[in-house]
Amino acid sequence: MDIHEYQAKELLSKFGVPIPRGGLAYSPEQATYRANEIGGNAWVVKAQIHAGARGKAGGVKICRSDEEIWSAADGMLGKKLVTIQTGPQGKLVSRLYVEEATNIDKEFYLSLTMDRGKERIAVVASAAGGMDIEEISAKDPDSIMTVIVDPAVGMQGFQAREIAFGLGIEPELVNKFERTILGCYRAFRDLDATMVEINPLVITKEGGVVALDAKMSFDDNALFRRPQISELRDKSQEDSRETYASDRGLSYVGLEGDIGCIVNGAGLAMATLDMTKVSGGQPANFLDIGGGASPERVQKSFRAVLRDDNVKAILVNVFAGINRCDWVAKGVVLAIQELEVKRPVIVRLAGTNVEEGRKIIAESGLNLETAENLRDAAEKAVAAAKQTPAAA
Amino acid sequence: MAIFINENTKILIQGFTGRIGTFHAQEMIDYGTNVVGGVTPGKGGTEHLGRPVFNTVKGAVAETGAEVSIVFVPPPFAADAIMEAADAGIKYCTCITDGIPAQDMIRVKRYMRRYKKENRMRLAGPNCAGTISPGRAMLGIMPGHIYDQGRIGVIGRSGTLGYEAAEQLKELGLGISTSVGIGGDPINGSSFRDILEEFENDPETDVVLMIGEIGGPQEAEAAEYARDHMKKPVVAYIAGLSAPKGRRMGHAGAIVTSYGEAAAEKVEILRAAGVTIAPTPADMGSTVAEVVSKLKSAA
Repeated sequence: MDIHEYQAKELLSKFGVPIPRGGLAYSPEQATYRANEIGGNAWVVKAQIHAGARGKAGGVKICRSDEEIWSAADGMLGKKLVTIQTGPQGKLVSRLYVEEATNIDKEFYLSLTMDRGKERIAVVASAAGGMDIEEISAKDPDSIMTVIVDPAVGMQGFQAREIAFGLGIEPELVNKFERTILGCYRAFRDLDATMVEINPLVITKEGGVVALDAKMSFDDNALFRRPQISELRDKSQEDSRETYASDRGLSYVGLEGDIGCIVNGAGLAMATLDMTKVSGGQPANFLDIGGGASPERVQKSFRAVLRDDNVKAILVNVFAGINRCDWVAKGVVLAIQELEVKRPVIVRLAGTNVEEGRKIIAESGLNLETAENLRDAAEKAVAAAKQTPAAA
Repeated sequence: MAIFINENTKILIQGFTGRIGTFHAQEMIDYGTNVVGGVTPGKGGTEHLGRPVFNTVKGAVAETGAEVSIVFVPPPFAADAIMEAADAGIKYCTCITDGIPAQDMIRVKRYMRRYKKENRMRLAGPNCAGTISPGRAMLGIMPGHIYDQGRIGVIGRSGTLGYEAAEQLKELGLGISTSVGIGGDPINGSSFRDILEEFENDPETDVVLMIGEIGGPQEAEAAEYARDHMKKPVVAYIAGLSAPKGRRMGHAGAIVTSYGEAAAEKVEILRAAGVTIAPTPADMGSTVAEVVSKLKSAA
């Protein structure tokens, strides 16, 4: 799960990470009010969306007066911000963060991630702050320092100092730097994060250390024990098709094509999309029904897939392990009748009681086609989608 | 002898008396698996499905001599259950549970390292369908009847995609020595490489099929191992050719974050290491069959 910059900063500051003074605003009026609260003579107005590269897209503006703040806020709020990370549809800006401006002396990159190869938390830093990590590894790979944390004892002070000295931090600032890095580590560990990124981490002209931007992501599997993190979810930043499905316990990823896919199991679902593509079609979504493809779950899946107007044909691919195919087939027939599905549906069943299942599909009298195997199913779905006119 | 489990292996069920544990334990017993008992803290001394229930894994091991366990414990308590198995001297454990926090798995992996290599438990999963040596023993939640006994070793992250492979192989008259699910989580007990090593040393396995997916470095690591240390041919299919970067495709670990983690990149790395690639998921069985017939004609 992703959160906004201002939320990440609030969380990190509780772990001793220094952040600029700032406040949240939902309107231009509030934005100017926040700036006056903060004081000073220069402020930054930042669009809050779940994506980076906001600056180049006009989502971060430096302002020196109430009027400038008002017009910057007015220009951002209620609009979709398109950055290289949002995709062409962009993300809606409904919150702004107003911050005191910082006098930047030097910029650094700092991030913490799960290193899947080493199976530990990795702390990555570079003196080339402001660029994203892919850019740094392409342009200046030697500037990247990595420290791996032993989970038995956690990150040690010397490891943070190693990074600070390695980045060439002046001795009198090393302590501040060390506290900042250890604070990020503790936040990562104690909140079950999967990513903390401070880019840039800044040394100010006044000799302070400050996290100028902050990004955090969290382990969905750990949200059961982090209710304070679950509360930070902002559904307006998600694909509405995905929100609908995830609220119903389905695993769904929206794609750009026109063949709706309903599959049990994540691996088989990915394979079904691959097969659709190889057969010349474009999948509209990834959807894993999850454990126990019960008739109710099949029906929920049809609802989720049909919310996408681009869908011209639906491909159901269920490999019944514990379930029985006849039961799944009944679920499909019921879903089509109750939801009055008009678009062609191709059903591939395999596993337990497959013959009975196919019989139910064949005798349903509905606009349903059975497929013998994975390839047959994908080819039939692609052909059906090509023959179907776009939905009104 | 297949790998990890056969008809003689004494098996314990952790989370024995729960609804899911009960259902699958019964399926395993019906398959002919040698289930010697189970563990549910607080229910020790009772009997369930005609088998004794124990309070602790240590107690169960002392009483039954079990060497293998399967974990059906819910996510908040699963890491604890795995570590208990490791501490009790279980040699091989598979964890079915989906939804274990990644940092719990980091701790589990760290904990297991406190044992010397020869005493260290091997863990497969979590978030997998389990392990099956067809015709001998089933340690998992798969439909046992789709697997024929034979000489192909199978390793996969996904349950149902593994079933797909088993069915394709069966239709071509090819059976399986052992099929091992390693699970869809980012931090898992055993990697492809770990299981490839077991199959390489198994006299009853001729060819290995590995079914990978996007995300993580384990397929690339397996490619290197196959190239440098294996005599047996390896066939691979990688799911997720159409997955967009940065999106999680169902499995907690199925997400492309850096170079080498996309399906096309993994396919290239495996191909360069001499692994035969099944171009589509519909060709897993036929690609293995071609490799098997080449082996036969070379012999």
